[in-house]
Amino acid sequence: MSSHPNPEAQPAQEAQPFQEQGAVEIVGASKTFLPGSASQVTAITDINLSIASGSFTTFIGPSGCGKSTLLRLVAGLTEATEGTVTVNGKTANQARKDRDYGMAFQTASLFDWRTVRKNIELPLELLGWSRTLRRERADEMLELVQLPEFASSYPRELSGGMQQRVAIARALAFRPTLLLMDEPFGALDEMTREHMQTELLRMWKETDTTIIFITHSIPEAVFLSTQVCVMSPRPGQITAKVDVNLGNRTEETRNNEDFFDYIVQVREALRS
Amino acid sequence: MPERRWWRRLLLQALSAIAALAAVGGIYSLYKVIGRALDDSQRDWWFIGTFLPRSTDRDMPPIRDIISEFNKPLREGGPKLIGLIWDASLFTLREAVAGFVLGVIIGMAIAILLLRSRTLEKGTMPYVIASQTVPLIAITPIIVIWGRKNFGFFPWEWQDWMSVSLIAVYLTFFPVAVNGLRGLQSPDPDSKELMDSYAAGWWQTLWRLRLPASLPYLFPAFKIAALASIIGAIVGEISAAQSDGIGYLILDFASKYSTGPERLYASIIGAAVLGLFAAAVITLVEFGLIVRRRQTART
Repeated sequence: MSSHPNPEAQPAQEAQPFQEQGAVEIVGASKTFLPGSASQVTAITDINLSIASGSFTTFIGPSGCGKSTLLRLVAGLTEATEGTVTVNGKTANQARKDRDYGMAFQTASLFDWRTVRKNIELPLELLGWSRTLRRERADEMLELVQLPEFASSYPRELSGGMQQRVAIARALAFRPTLLLMDEPFGALDEMTREHMQTELLRMWKETDTTIIFITHSIPEAVFLSTQVCVMSPRPGQITAKVDVNLGNRTEETRNNEDFFDYIVQVREALRS
Repeated sequence: MPERRWWRRLLLQALSAIAALAAVGGIYSLYKVIGRALDDSQRDWWFIGTFLPRSTDRDMPPIRDIISEFNKPLREGGPKLIGLIWDASLFTLREAVAGFVLGVIIGMAIAILLLRSRTLEKGTMPYVIASQTVPLIAITPIIVIWGRKNFGFFPWEWQDWMSVSLIAVYLTFFPVAVNGLRGLQSPDPDSKELMDSYAAGWWQTLWRLRLPASLPYLFPAFKIAALASIIGAIVGEISAAQSDGIGYLILDFASKYSTGPERLYASIIGAAVLGLFAAAVITLVEFGLIVRRRQTART
């Protein structure tokens, strides 16, 4: 199946693979580290999940429940011991090679010897873009994350929240269809965090990206997602899927009764 | 602390360096003054000449004499001493630079090779360390003899200065290899995973992540290596009887100490200045490449 659907060149049933089968399909996926050895660890087991194109999915669960492992399976950074992970109709590893996704981490992981603009240009350099195109896109991304005046600054001169915004700009620089985020706001203070959530939702709508997001925070998961996957540890499993229908989020949403209902729902799912 | 402009910091550094030099000269002169007073007292001070040096002009020539010696020719009508020291220092510097450059290349090659394979690192590192425990005095003659034999590998005739440079290489590659490897391994897992998420190849990751990340580890090694390459060149000249460099000059003046102690001191100062120069060059490059980028705001 092709990564760039072309309705004219392909059979009709394959014309729009995203809608037919979702952006990410995980079927019976398990991951065991050091299988067969004494220190064998089963990180996740029997995960089945379908993530629709354009959705915002959150994995939430206690430490050690395999959230990060699951995200890395989708990223093609590690291989499933059992089952399959399909991204945009391809194996996860192929999707990685095709640069189908961007990734953001808890540490912003900006390169401190590069300016903000050069950091955003990094993936474009790896793709072999020309200097002018890179610069153009980097400036565009800086507008998106609303940091244009910091283009020539070095990461060290930015606050934690600003650094995360640069990391998101870098992840989205080549316009991937999928954005994978591993606790990106985990190290931020509460106020910055809520601001970043609003910002992320704005970017999500502007770019029409599918987002998979890991968090420890129940309100964060509910506020951001269209789908919350609740996970339990040892071995990591998805114990509940909560579809969140809060419509268009604003700051008001945080005081909304429905918002609290969803929080209770997710909390109870986490406890059971 | 208020933020200072970088050039003001440099200026302050230069001033403090001059002050430190003056302090050393002051202590040296003060010791001579006290020593003279003790001599004048006509009493037998048992500790003078046992664990404290005598302060006679032969054992400790006055700073004034050492400085004026620079301006005197070695023999009637010959070039001035400062000219001899200058030429010899330049010659030694060239040997050291050749050794340094080759040593850095070899050191980085070893670091990159060991980075590729943990097994190789575990197996080879002991030999890299062992290479540095072999006394320099022992390997120098071997290198010189091998060089002079000229097995015919080289299209050019082997010169003694090449042996001296090789000795500098021997001292230079080690700190570069060890710190270089640490620097190349320094990126955090997230950064490495980021490169993997872009499906960046091993060499791309090396070039865009590992090498830039290793620079803060490399520059201290470069500083040690630069000084080691000069020490290696000086020691090498003495062993190889390479008579154009500052090492041989020091050896020569040491053997003629009784007729001109000031000359030995002057040539040692020349060697020290050479080392300072090498360290200063590395520091300046480091400053331009790392410190300014990472610490000062640019708008």
